[in-house]
Amino acid sequence: MSEPLLCVRNLNIDIPVGGGTLHAVRGIDFELQRGEVLSIVGESGSGKSLTSLALMGLLGKRIDRRADRMDFDGIDLTRAGKRQMRALRGDRMSMIFQEPMTSLNPAYTIGDQLAEALLLHRNVSRQQARDRAVELLEKVGITAAASRLGQYPHQLSGGLRQRVMIAMALMCGPELIIADEPTTALDVTIQAQILRLLVDLVREMDMAMILITHDLGVVARVADKVAVMYAGELVETGSAGAIFNAPSHPYTRGLLRCIPLPGRTARGAPLGTIPGIVPSLVGEIGGCVFRTRCDHAVAACHGAIPHRGEADHMFRCVHPHGHREDEETPA
Amino acid sequence: MLQFILKRLGLAVLVAFTVSFISFSLLFLSGDPAAALAGEGASGEDIEALRTLYGFDRPMLVQYGDWLFSALRGDFGESYYFKLPVATLIAERLTVTMLLGLCGITFALVTAVPLGVAAAIRPNSLIDRIALFLSVAGQAMPSFWFGLILIVVFAIKLGWLPPSGAASWRHFIMPTIVLGYYAMPAIMRLTRAGMLEVLNSDYIRTARAKGAPEVQVLFKHALRNAIIPVVSLAAVQMGFMLGGSIVVESIFALHGAGYLAWESIGRNDLPTVQALILIFSMFYIVFTFLADVLNAWLDPRMRSS
Amino acid sequence: MSDLSDPLLQEITGPTPGQLLRKRVFGHQGLIFGLAVVAILAVVAILAPVIAPHDPYAQSLVARMKPPVFLGGTWENPLGTDHLGRDYLSRLIYGARVSLMIGGIAALISGVIGTAMGVAAGYFGGKVDAVVTFLINVRLAMPVVLVALAVVAILGGSLTVVIAVLGLLLWDRFAVVMRASTLQVRGREYVAAAQAIGASTPRILLSEIMPNIVNNLIVVVTLEMAHAILLEAALSFLGLGVQPPTPSWGLMVSEGKNMMLFEPWLVLIPGAVLFVLVLAINLMGDGLRDVTAPENRS
Repeated sequence: MSEPLLCVRNLNIDIPVGGGTLHAVRGIDFELQRGEVLSIVGESGSGKSLTSLALMGLLGKRIDRRADRMDFDGIDLTRAGKRQMRALRGDRMSMIFQEPMTSLNPAYTIGDQLAEALLLHRNVSRQQARDRAVELLEKVGITAAASRLGQYPHQLSGGLRQRVMIAMALMCGPELIIADEPTTALDVTIQAQILRLLVDLVREMDMAMILITHDLGVVARVADKVAVMYAGELVETGSAGAIFNAPSHPYTRGLLRCIPLPGRTARGAPLGTIPGIVPSLVGEIGGCVFRTRCDHAVAACHGAIPHRGEADHMFRCVHPHGHREDEETPA
Repeated sequence: MLQFILKRLGLAVLVAFTVSFISFSLLFLSGDPAAALAGEGASGEDIEALRTLYGFDRPMLVQYGDWLFSALRGDFGESYYFKLPVATLIAERLTVTMLLGLCGITFALVTAVPLGVAAAIRPNSLIDRIALFLSVAGQAMPSFWFGLILIVVFAIKLGWLPPSGAASWRHFIMPTIVLGYYAMPAIMRLTRAGMLEVLNSDYIRTARAKGAPEVQVLFKHALRNAIIPVVSLAAVQMGFMLGGSIVVESIFALHGAGYLAWESIGRNDLPTVQALILIFSMFYIVFTFLADVLNAWLDPRMRSS
Repeated sequence: MSDLSDPLLQEITGPTPGQLLRKRVFGHQGLIFGLAVVAILAVVAILAPVIAPHDPYAQSLVARMKPPVFLGGTWENPLGTDHLGRDYLSRLIYGARVSLMIGGIAALISGVIGTAMGVAAGYFGGKVDAVVTFLINVRLAMPVVLVALAVVAILGGSLTVVIAVLGLLLWDRFAVVMRASTLQVRGREYVAAAQAIGASTPRILLSEIMPNIVNNLIVVVTLEMAHAILLEAALSFLGLGVQPPTPSWGLMVSEGKNMMLFEPWLVLIPGAVLFVLVLAINLMGDGLRDVTAPENRS
């Protein structure tokens, strides 16, 4: 296998809070090849967005980020200075955020904001930047692109704004694009369109993408690899096929029970839920974080949790097969 | 946008007329303006003569209409004390007050905006604490007392600046500081709060994600949005300052319109007082109207609606 | 399954709201300082006849302009005497009465006017709102110092006139804030619920709206009290507020002004006390706002 575009080893993110330290992300490992789509899945607050912001170097000043390794195309991001990170951001790696309504600056036109992304990194004229903006607006399916350049964000709908955000992220032709729940804030009818567009563009321009979402339906359609996060840890990673066909961690199985999948969910059968609440991550955390909500919890869950499986499908659980041996294999 | 401006203009005119009526009626607060004008110990005949001379015997609304139409033509009557047209008197003095107001608001903006921005960039830092201290102290500082302290220190003890008068630009330094410091706290707080809010917004994160340098993030993306409400506050403060210049002008013996107002009130020179109240109100009305228009123009969301 | 004794779930139970409030109040230095200074000055003002070492009006031609102890004076007059030989400390103590009384009553009057206007505008909306907004605009356009000076000059400078003029002029901020707060509360479900069960308008205003906007009201009361105290001092300083021989801090600064060159303490002391009182009231108001609405803390 060739050298991966992105390689992360043992990423930890700590946030100082009133009563101590919030260990928001702990011991994350993953790799991403060029042209690959990795989907990070998990519920709100599981640390998905923090992980992506950490890659971009956009965490707040008070947030502490540590990693054994965090390489982007051979560049060690853990040692990269502010200037070097700035040169990468928006040029070789760009990001699309969740809230298209508020992610564009209300005081400037679409054209100015699109052109800025290119002008910051390339030595081009304003006219060239505008031409590139028109080209990309057309690419993301915006009609009468040239006339949109003079419009302000408030004049566009949410779906159009997210298309503009995508165009903006593509201005410099990045190698990696991180999309943080790019469709959650949009109408359901628009969601599919935007996602389809994004995936097509990624394939067409041969970019790698990290798609952060809590929508497993989306993941099933677009991801090559899946990483399941729970309360700041990766509980299961693997190829999309492996995760969907043989989910091993109790949490992953719980998640899959929560969505209807064609051909797998029986008509009329109730969808699953995962009872309980996500634990607090302030202070020392030992053992499995999912044990408070897990049907298979045993005394050993308070101890060290082993990594199980092989490199292309791995999960963390005290049970060798992800469930108590005295029970039937759960669906 | 045009509709908005017209609506605000209509409101401003209506407010102006109401204010003019109130400032005119102040004259009748004492009961009998003729008796007040004649002074204590005047005979009944004297009072009657004055009443006819100044037209106080007519119905109040007729007098108001008369006064208003003259005022609209720039004729505010004759000063009881100076025996000169009030308009001439005020015109002579207004330059000093306007100059002082302009210097004051400039001083306030030049100190408050950078301080507010710096404080917002590093909350709870030393600079934030200094800014907070300056604004809390400024809100509690009696301006007449502050002015006197400056005179004692810089004019009397150190001898660096002239204590009073308006002969040169150096005469304006202390009055500018006192008047500007009065407007500074509010502007500083609004700049800081606005910057804090904007810096936490999603579009600032977008700008950073594009790889924009921090200076560009702060000034092009953040300040441009945070400054919009500050502009209209500054205009409102400017209106307040002209009205408040009376204290500063009296301390530093700056012979501006505020000083004239103070003297005229002491002398019971009602036509002059009425005219000054009206003019200071008009300044406020014009400034707030301009602020609204400027605000609408700075904010693309209002500009295009 | 959800084992509540599991250490992972322990952090979820935190301190009670009461404990949090107490922590916020006592952790807020500005609020504590403000409350302490205002309380001390209020006690001093109330107990003025007991505390003051001398009669604040008693003049003495032989004991004029005695310096304070820290400038070589005697303990007979700890803060010296003024140009008429009156004990400066006693005048300062009685001056606290004047300041707090004017500030308190003026804030009360304007508070009643402004709150009534603001709540009516916010609750009824429509024409009432238009009229109130218009009145606020008119009031803001009038230069306060100038109008107050003119009215006091015409009616004569007594304590009552000064209080009445300030009370009738300073209602604008009450109206603005109360209008906005009422607008915010009016849309809430519990108000709609009260309307739905047929509660009368006065009842809704008193038992549903008022309790939810009283926090903001208290903050404005403190700020306007500080404003009124500063204005009274400015009016008295300009000679058109409280009249001599009443001990007012603004008047004391004004009387000391002529001797400022030789005896700067005559100006420094009353001004500093005025500054500290207004500072304390403002800090108290800011602190109350921070403590009651933590989400508004910047």
